[in-house]
Amino acid sequence: MSELAIELKGIDKSFGVVHANRTIDLKVRKGTIHGIVGENGAGKSTLMSILYGFYQADRGDILIDGRKRDIRDPNAAIAAGIGMVHQHFMLVENFTVLENIMLGAEESQFLNAGIAKARAELRRLERDYALEVDPDAVIGELPVGLQQRVEILKALYRGADILILDEPTGVLTPAEADHLFRILEQLKTEGKTVVFITHKLREIMAITDEVSVMRRGKMVATRRTAETSVEELAELMVGRRVLLRVDKKDATPGDTKLSVRDLTVRDSRGVTMVDGVSFDIRAGEIVGIAGVAGNGQSELLETIAGMRRAASGTVTLSGRTIDVCGAADPSELRRRGLAHVPEDRHHAGLVLQFTESENAILGYHGDPKYRSGLLLDTQAIRAEAEAKIAAYDIRPPDPRLKTANFSGGNQQKIVLAREMERDPQVLIIGQPTRGVDVGAIEFIHRRIIEMRDQGKAVLLVSVELDEIRALSDRILVMFAGRIAGERTPAASEGEIGLLMAGVEDGGEAAQ
Amino acid sequence: MDVFQVFIELAQSTIRVSTPLILAALAGLFTERAGVFDIGLEGKMLGAAFAAASVAYILQSATMGLLAGVLVSVLLSLVHGYASITQRGSQIVSGVAINFIVAGSTVILGEAWFRQGGRTPALSADGRFGTLALPFAETLRDVPVLGPLYSGLLSGHSLLTYLAFLMVPASWWVLYRTRFGLRLRAVGENPGAVDTAGISVIWLRYRAVICCGVLCGVAGAYLSLAANGGFTKGMTAGKGYIALAALIFAKWRPANVLFACLLFGFLDAFAIRYQSQAFPLIGKVPVQLMQALPYILTIILLAGFIGKAVPPKAGGIAYVKER
Amino acid sequence: MSVPHAKLPGWAEYGLIPLVNLAVAFLISGLVVLIVGESPLDAAYHMVNGAFGRGEYIGFTLYYTTTFIFTGLAVAVAFHCGLFNIGGEGQAYVGGIGVAVACLALDRTMPWYLVFPIATVGAAFFGAFWAFIPGWLQARRGSHIVITTIMFNFIAASLMNYLLNRVFKPLGSMSLETRTFEAGGQLPRLDWLMSIFGLDLGSAPFNVSFLLALLAAFAVWLLISRTRLGYEMRTMGFSPTAARYAGIGEARIIIVTMAISGALAGMTALNSIMGEQHRMQLDFVQGAGFVGIAVALMGRSHPAGIIPAALLFGVLYQGGAEIAFEMPAISRDMIVIIQGLVILFAGALEHMFRPAVTRLVLGLSPQGRDTAATRGA
Repeated sequence: MSELAIELKGIDKSFGVVHANRTIDLKVRKGTIHGIVGENGAGKSTLMSILYGFYQADRGDILIDGRKRDIRDPNAAIAAGIGMVHQHFMLVENFTVLENIMLGAEESQFLNAGIAKARAELRRLERDYALEVDPDAVIGELPVGLQQRVEILKALYRGADILILDEPTGVLTPAEADHLFRILEQLKTEGKTVVFITHKLREIMAITDEVSVMRRGKMVATRRTAETSVEELAELMVGRRVLLRVDKKDATPGDTKLSVRDLTVRDSRGVTMVDGVSFDIRAGEIVGIAGVAGNGQSELLETIAGMRRAASGTVTLSGRTIDVCGAADPSELRRRGLAHVPEDRHHAGLVLQFTESENAILGYHGDPKYRSGLLLDTQAIRAEAEAKIAAYDIRPPDPRLKTANFSGGNQQKIVLAREMERDPQVLIIGQPTRGVDVGAIEFIHRRIIEMRDQGKAVLLVSVELDEIRALSDRILVMFAGRIAGERTPAASEGEIGLLMAGVEDGGEAAQ
Repeated sequence: MDVFQVFIELAQSTIRVSTPLILAALAGLFTERAGVFDIGLEGKMLGAAFAAASVAYILQSATMGLLAGVLVSVLLSLVHGYASITQRGSQIVSGVAINFIVAGSTVILGEAWFRQGGRTPALSADGRFGTLALPFAETLRDVPVLGPLYSGLLSGHSLLTYLAFLMVPASWWVLYRTRFGLRLRAVGENPGAVDTAGISVIWLRYRAVICCGVLCGVAGAYLSLAANGGFTKGMTAGKGYIALAALIFAKWRPANVLFACLLFGFLDAFAIRYQSQAFPLIGKVPVQLMQALPYILTIILLAGFIGKAVPPKAGGIAYVKER
Repeated sequence: MSVPHAKLPGWAEYGLIPLVNLAVAFLISGLVVLIVGESPLDAAYHMVNGAFGRGEYIGFTLYYTTTFIFTGLAVAVAFHCGLFNIGGEGQAYVGGIGVAVACLALDRTMPWYLVFPIATVGAAFFGAFWAFIPGWLQARRGSHIVITTIMFNFIAASLMNYLLNRVFKPLGSMSLETRTFEAGGQLPRLDWLMSIFGLDLGSAPFNVSFLLALLAAFAVWLLISRTRLGYEMRTMGFSPTAARYAGIGEARIIIVTMAISGALAGMTALNSIMGEQHRMQLDFVQGAGFVGIAVALMGRSHPAGIIPAALLFGVLYQGGAEIAFEMPAISRDMIVIIQGLVILFAGALEHMFRPAVTRLVLGLSPQGRDTAATRGA
């Protein structure tokens, strides 16, 4: 018997010209929780997909329990005792829990035989690991935390000794995340090995025994968690000491530009996503909204931008009421001075098949200055695009190039240039630096501060707490669709973290 | 003629007209529940009808004809599978293409082989599926009420008709009580779940497409070997599309498929029988309205005015592993 | 994220790949000809000769081309908005009502050049109406446009059958058709255009609606690439979320696009009703709506591609008639096979030969290799 549950030797993988994994070595000891951290796009998910047989490595060896294994497909991984909980759950929504757990492990050609056995086994797993879930519930009707539990049960049902969790807390509320951590501890005491992938350092420090850091496709270090610090890991992840402080003057807020009152938003299933939210933003200040992803920030942003209808409440833009419950129209809002950098650049903010210059007018395409007679004035559009390319240093500087061919940072600059150069009154920005390279991050942060200094009211939503703290003049924390509290950027991370976890002002846990 | 006898006769022709619809709609059920949309049911049926009639004529054997029909239909299914599963092409476009290729080639080949203007020669009794008399059908014929019901309605259909009606519970059982069915329904909703469970999405979808081919093959063979004594140009006459409409009308469920097909079959049988008869209150119903009614009903259902038809979630989308 | 396709130069992307797809479709058609026991080369000769051998043949070829330009444009416009309009057949059929009504009402009192614009508006209106309903159902009720347009083809067939039976058929007539139009309902043929090239049109029904088709192609090009509406349609076609972000009303753009698509399909009726038959007959569309799918796929939804693709199918239809005449074993149904194969290879299997073509093209040209290397970096 080997000490090591997993050993990877020289794993190498390319997708076309993208070199996702570069000769990676990794050792995971048995019965431990092993964290793997890295920025978005560092190659963590690719590496784990190779381990699970979803992709095949171009080169390198995989050893499980000291034995070399050829993991050609997920079947081979399951046979080797590896289970995986994917970031996006691999569940069939209109199936029951039981059907989902049986899928692929049905025992025989006919279902009846397997069902009884599955029920018994499920009861045993529930008992051993405190993983209660109703086997006859339909997945689509379960909350996210329970759906994840079904994923874990699926892996254990297949006899997994090694459990890989890919960014498991991204969709969880703090309470659900805590529950997950307790389950993982329990699995560890039962002798299971857990590989935990995340880009959140706090989680690494909280539950892992060892941690490996990936950067740009390379494995750069492995540390005992007890012997490292958030600062060291952050430096390893990014490659150099990052300045999370952005230089800025104190804010000099003016008149109220955006006023939100008792805003309530429900999603298509009727679930309340934003619950009676009120706040004001004045000219010349940045208000940041912090919170775990999925606590209503996206819906709030989309509703203010007119992309989504509110159930009730009012929004006032520069003194004029917007019909957020009815026919709020994004193009009308733009004319009234609201600029919107959406969270989802690839699907909302840009049409990737369009040329750069076509994207440079998206949303403003009805502006008379882009028109000559009945037609669009392509020359004026291109000339303006060229000016923005120069001002924002967008590369390559070709307005006729397809947008899909620009890097993430340059794509984001295309959106920013479009929204900021319209001289808006109010700028709302979601996830400004998601999937953006380090150089562009500094540029984008500087532009946001400049907008504030020009007297714009800025609403900033980001799941990166560091970014919120570095840029905002005031911080609102969202939890379960409500504003859990307001803090200044000087507040400690722990204090804001408590609010993000739903502990409201006054110390009472909200629920 | 008394009302009861009219009912029996209408019901009988409803069963006859519904048989190919049931088979074709169940064929569509298998492939669409697996996430591969198929508007090529029409073409597969037509191809099968032609192959079945040709082989049945040459070999003087209905069984061999049936096998040939199934074979051709499965081959066409595999073309659709290759285009939409392996090459990830548009499932709609592929289905449209197959319908045209078959519509053209059955006529060209039929004319080249038999020189009867796109028909196959009339089949002898050996080349056809005759009607089966159920046990005691003759003795019970004169029993009041039960007699006509049993001897006149239930008895006296071809083997393929009984097979079609049997396929409804059989399909239900396969889809809901077997491992294959569980996986098939899963792959139409979330192929990622199937893939990560260690099951090949591609092979599973190919098997679903083959099931579709087999059933369409039987449907086509029924048309040329049982309902008619040979193949005529374009003999499916839109039945593949009616079956598609029935499948949607049935919200992709086996038992509903039976009722939807019987309803559409009844409308057709009714239209043929009463095309020039006036009714009290409504007067003469134009036969064209009766013919269009299945499509109109399906559209009303699709529009959500009576219930809501929600297609399999992964339907129409080729599976690509995400990075 | 998938592995990015290496970018091909324009001539390969829009020229070579469609040609390869087309070649494969013809190769397989040739096999069918062989199976039937005829020579594919002879068939090809008869096809070309039948389509171009005489001024009259060319006239027929261009007559068919006219029809296919309209139906091809109709499908293409919807494609740009991400909609698959299979209902061109029904829309063209119903569009006939507009032409027939205009001609029946005005042919005795007005000259053709006054009836023509009215008939055009009528055809466009009825075609648009027949596409508007599926568009509305998709936009407001979420019904899948592919299914509804298929259903509407059948409903159109029943409707027209009824109308020809009960409304349009002159008293005492047996055949399902309107009366023959007088001079005002007959479009002039384009003899003058043919005579510029020294050709004699003979009895071919090549008529002024060809010019309307060319005009429509130009208008569609302007619409798609140079207008705000076209910009919004393309945004919708590529990314419905981006359309919502940009304040483009999803329902409005779907309905408007379908109406335009249906109007183009409806105008198909002008060519055959006013241009050739001078009356409306049962099933006068004869599958032209479906040919439009093949034409749009071949022409990659661009008017500059649709015109040659429509011409190709014009050649197939006219040349196919000649083949059927010269080679009795091959009826005109051969065209339907070719049409299906073109849809298969230019549509559903359009990427099958791309890797091979890419390797070939980029392997041959040195700068191609450079662009492939720098891209995606």
